[in-house]
Amino acid sequence: MKLLYCLSGHPTLPCNVLKFKSTTIMLDCGLDTTSVLNFLPLPLVHSPRLSKLPSWVSKDGSLNLEKELKECAGRVFVDSQPEFCLPERELLDLSTVDVILVSNYHCMMALPYITEHTGFTGTVYATEPTLTIGRLLMEELVNFMERVPKAQSATCWKNKEIQRMLPGPLKDAVDVWAWKRSYSMPEVNSALSKVQLVGYSQKVELFGAVQVSPLSSGYSLGSSNWIIQSHHEKVSYVSGSSLLTTHPQPMDQSSLKNSDVLILTGLTQMPTANPDGMLGEFCSNLAMTIRAGGNVLVPCYPSGVIYDLLECLYQFIESANLGTTPFYFISPVANSSLEFSQIFAEWLCHNKQSKVYLPEPPFPHAELIQTNKLKHYSSIHGDFSIEFRQPCVVFTGHPSLRFGDVVHFMELWGKSSLNTIIFTEPDFSYLDALAPYQPLAMKCVYCPIDTRLNFHQVSKLLKEVQPVHVVCPEQYTQPPLTQSHRSDLMLELQPPPMPYRRCSVLSLPFRRRYERVYILPELANSLVPSEIKPGVSLATVSAVLHSKDNKHTLQVIFFPSSPVLPKRKRVLEEPPVLLAPKPLLSGAVPLEAFLATLQKHGITEVKVEETADGHILHLQAEDTLIQLEEDGTHIVCDNNEPLRTTLRDLVLRFLQKL
Amino acid sequence: MPEIKVTPLGAGQDVGRSCILVSIGGKNIMLDCGMHMGYNDDRRFPDFSYITQNGRLTEFLDCVIISHFHLDHCGALPFMSEMVGYDGPIYMTHPTKAICPILLEDFRKITVDKKGETNFFTSQMIKDCMKKVVPLNLHQTVQVDDELEIKAYYAGHVLGAAMVHIKVGLESVVYTGDYNMTPDRHLGAAWIDKCRPDVLISESTYATTIRDSKRCRERDFLKKVHESIERGGKVLIPVFALGRAQELCILLETFWERMNLKAPIYFSTGLTEKANHYYKLFITWTNQKIRKTFVQRNMFEFKHIKPFDRSYADNPGPMVVFATPGMLHAGQSLQIFKKWAGHEKNMVIMPGYCVQGTIGHKILNGQRKLEMEGRATVRILFQLDVKLQVEYMSFSAHADAKGIMQLIRMAEPRNMLLVHGEAVKMEFLKGKIEQEFNCHMPANGETVTVTTNPSVPVDISLNLLKREMALGGTLPDPKKPRTMHGTLIMKENSLKLVSSEQALKELGLNEHQLRFTCRVPLQDPHSDPDTLHGIYLHLKSVLKGYTIQHLPDGTVMVESIVIKVSSSAEDPNTKVLLLSWSYQVKYFHLLKKG
Repeated sequence: MKLLYCLSGHPTLPCNVLKFKSTTIMLDCGLDTTSVLNFLPLPLVHSPRLSKLPSWVSKDGSLNLEKELKECAGRVFVDSQPEFCLPERELLDLSTVDVILVSNYHCMMALPYITEHTGFTGTVYATEPTLTIGRLLMEELVNFMERVPKAQSATCWKNKEIQRMLPGPLKDAVDVWAWKRSYSMPEVNSALSKVQLVGYSQKVELFGAVQVSPLSSGYSLGSSNWIIQSHHEKVSYVSGSSLLTTHPQPMDQSSLKNSDVLILTGLTQMPTANPDGMLGEFCSNLAMTIRAGGNVLVPCYPSGVIYDLLECLYQFIESANLGTTPFYFISPVANSSLEFSQIFAEWLCHNKQSKVYLPEPPFPHAELIQTNKLKHYSSIHGDFSIEFRQPCVVFTGHPSLRFGDVVHFMELWGKSSLNTIIFTEPDFSYLDALAPYQPLAMKCVYCPIDTRLNFHQVSKLLKEVQPVHVVCPEQYTQPPLTQSHRSDLMLELQPPPMPYRRCSVLSLPFRRRYERVYILPELANSLVPSEIKPGVSLATVSAVLHSKDNKHTLQVIFFPSSPVLPKRKRVLEEPPVLLAPKPLLSGAVPLEAFLATLQKHGITEVKVEETADGHILHLQAEDTLIQLEEDGTHIVCDNNEPLRTTLRDLVLRFLQKL
Repeated sequence: MPEIKVTPLGAGQDVGRSCILVSIGGKNIMLDCGMHMGYNDDRRFPDFSYITQNGRLTEFLDCVIISHFHLDHCGALPFMSEMVGYDGPIYMTHPTKAICPILLEDFRKITVDKKGETNFFTSQMIKDCMKKVVPLNLHQTVQVDDELEIKAYYAGHVLGAAMVHIKVGLESVVYTGDYNMTPDRHLGAAWIDKCRPDVLISESTYATTIRDSKRCRERDFLKKVHESIERGGKVLIPVFALGRAQELCILLETFWERMNLKAPIYFSTGLTEKANHYYKLFITWTNQKIRKTFVQRNMFEFKHIKPFDRSYADNPGPMVVFATPGMLHAGQSLQIFKKWAGHEKNMVIMPGYCVQGTIGHKILNGQRKLEMEGRATVRILFQLDVKLQVEYMSFSAHADAKGIMQLIRMAEPRNMLLVHGEAVKMEFLKGKIEQEFNCHMPANGETVTVTTNPSVPVDISLNLLKREMALGGTLPDPKKPRTMHGTLIMKENSLKLVSSEQALKELGLNEHQLRFTCRVPLQDPHSDPDTLHGIYLHLKSVLKGYTIQHLPDGTVMVESIVIKVSSSAEDPNTKVLLLSWSYQVKYFHLLKKG
């Protein structure tokens, strides 16, 4: 069965399980973090504002979850450690998953939940940068959560009866009981110890049944699409790909050709925002704020787009006269991220790669650090608090504004309209992200930079690679809710794509017909081909089939040699199973030629009678009937074995044997 | 019969100028393109006329693969590609691609500028040659063309050293280049998967040695350096700028730190800093430990090791100098050697292998009087008395006999071929290997032909395969081989194995039924149905274990044999038994019993 189990409803943070040729392959392990928007921010230092927020009480006053729910500017937030929406775990037994293929570091954040708590015993495959940076993202997440532990864990609001009465979006949150708090570092380490590193275009055999191979997807350092194929079937898994020239190696498109099924996820979340335009807007807003004496806050992940932002600023700083403005990058993994980015030359675009040959660091942020323009700190505590100068630009996480050092800067700078927050990460709605900080005086600029494929690029790509079937999240089969007239913001394909949603189980529409077997040389030499039609030859094969590790070989049937001195002739009791069965016959017996042959063998008295379908030959001397028809011959004779054998052989002369 | 041919143009029963031609599945591949350090004449480069006498290199070769940046593996590359003429792809790993042109340029300078040789490649040729290079990542399967694929494995010999698996169809060859099976201070150990190549071409530099543990050798080295320094002597360590040098630097750096030593350590040539920079940028190619800690502390930033200036050689007092090149055949290391050779207090430590003809090789063989050439302008020969201590420490990262056997067990080849070693030593290892399988050691220009016997890949119809697998039960029974029968359709280039029925259908042929009917007269007073039933019961009792059915339409089926009873109108007691079967029926012998 070729089944696809869809465990995540988030189109850019997918988690699908493919069952193919008796292997169970999980494609990505995305963690839907948008759930944290329902929670109150975790401040690094005590925030009087947050602690004074009123508790939420339902209109009629009947519901009062004083400790759990707080209200801020008309929105209700859960006052608890933020929780994440995990991939569905009830749809299939996840302990049966054989391997997990990771396509990029954003799509592996749920890994510890899966590998540590479901009985998973398989292997995870990822590229080296994906593993390294994925580890940094997890470390940062754990660090953000663990350094401000929250004693209480709110659960009452999850009660169905209560949740029903809450205002949106809490009311509509799905599966809230399955939401989980962040994992711990030991869990991260254990999960990542299950990762086996792979390189682009490396062919990895799974149980001899299928071969998987990562291809460059052009989206981030080490990001990959995956090919899952056997000798005759090919499934492509496209996730988070980009055709823009940023820092990663360009996308490998041609290897996706000839797919039976292409699973398409991770398209841009901002189909109407042009990344280049956004980058320009980012720079100009940044410069404007600094010139006016304000500070700029850029909520970001510690790796990815930040490298491009820094590179852009590297070129922009001098021309915009920002040479003296300090740039701060604050994250527990800031240093590691900046250092690691310089050592993955093999995974970078050609331009950056050739710098290494000089040898120079591939990213210009090395120079920004050397010239003290960019400084990095593990947190706002320690050195940063001493060296901190304003006005400045701060890059820090988390983009959801619910935890991490960014919470501190929101509290610090939010009240002044001189300051600006510039959103560049596309994962969270900026209005939702800002909700618990309202009312807010600081300026907000939204320039989401999402370099993933847009609908125009993807339809061009699909035209190019021509998959037989496309499977995609249902979100891609209709225009976005807010722009329902934009039919260009959806996938239109022929045949139409097969949509999936969280908890869908799709049966993939291709049938396996052939399998690879290997004919051992000895057997191959013994085959006798005969030409049936011009260019087409046939050979009958009788062989011993060996199947081992999902590999099949055919070899010569070995007859045990009979002992030289047979002790006593035994009656052949056993049916001789080892003998080849009689072949199938094809063709027709021509009457004239057959009669002539009969004559040659001394059968002369033949009476021929024409019937509707052929002829009946009556061999009078032998009292035998032969019915000759286009597609059959019937010999009716009495107990006369030699005659029957002769006739049989004569008939066979005219027929082809298969 | 398909064959694989291997012809060394260099490194056949020899160390130096590695260059091996492989023909596999109609493809020709050149493995390495090195130069011999011991010669200054034509013998320096591999003999490409072996190919060019029959046409251009580009037409003959499908690709060139370089295993690592040592000059005895890549030194002839610009000569081959630019002077002899080759325009096809040259594959090497990223670090090799980065470092190889620097070493080539370095060597070119020594040869042309210092020794004044002409007829050598130019700087521009090195650049043009490097443009033909396609970088190779570890474990990436590179499709050179539709049939030829190559895959690189970590070799651990120097930064970026790779072994390569070459595959055409079901035939394959592995070439090890130089490799090292024990991790050292900055590199990991070579590794390859069980790829079962038809031929494994292995280096055999240390074919006879089994080196003692790494730790002992390191302690030995440090002890010797330390003693010499204590005596106030100068220690010269000739090295190549990249590779061993970094390992020894790490070793001395930590030792100096621990022992709080003050004697200066110098590293000659401007390459040092650059070299260390390469190590920083290619840190993913070093060993696990360095990779893990590099964010906190970069192992390649040395505190105690300072750049060397020529004038320092005459400074009084003890010092340690790393100088290039490693075999004392030219350049700064040779100059310093000449200066220091006359004093017993001084010491030279040769940390690697030296090819024949080099000064390094001579002094290692105990030669104490050397004929030296003076300045290039006036060729004067003078004699140099070697009084300083000469020590040899095997630090060069080659696999020893144990390591070679270890690699063989990893890859499980069908045939072995030894190159890059001295004939006598090879012979010894060959004897050992041959206890298990074929082993060759061709000389330069000698071709080894290995016949392969690949299986034929065929597409089997899944229906047929499943039917056969079901017949055999779920578990294979070694006593009962599963036989299968089918028809192989050969059409153009495709081979399909299907059941005979499907073959008929696919080829649009009609099936021809051949049936036999036999009339057996029988005397029986019962009615027709009763007679039939009697026969049914009888057969059932006689033929145990066969499917026997009494069908409602008045027939009995024994497997697929049909039995009917009819009686003639005249004599109801004389029945005629009609037995009908088709040509394919296997159970004919049953009838006789019935």
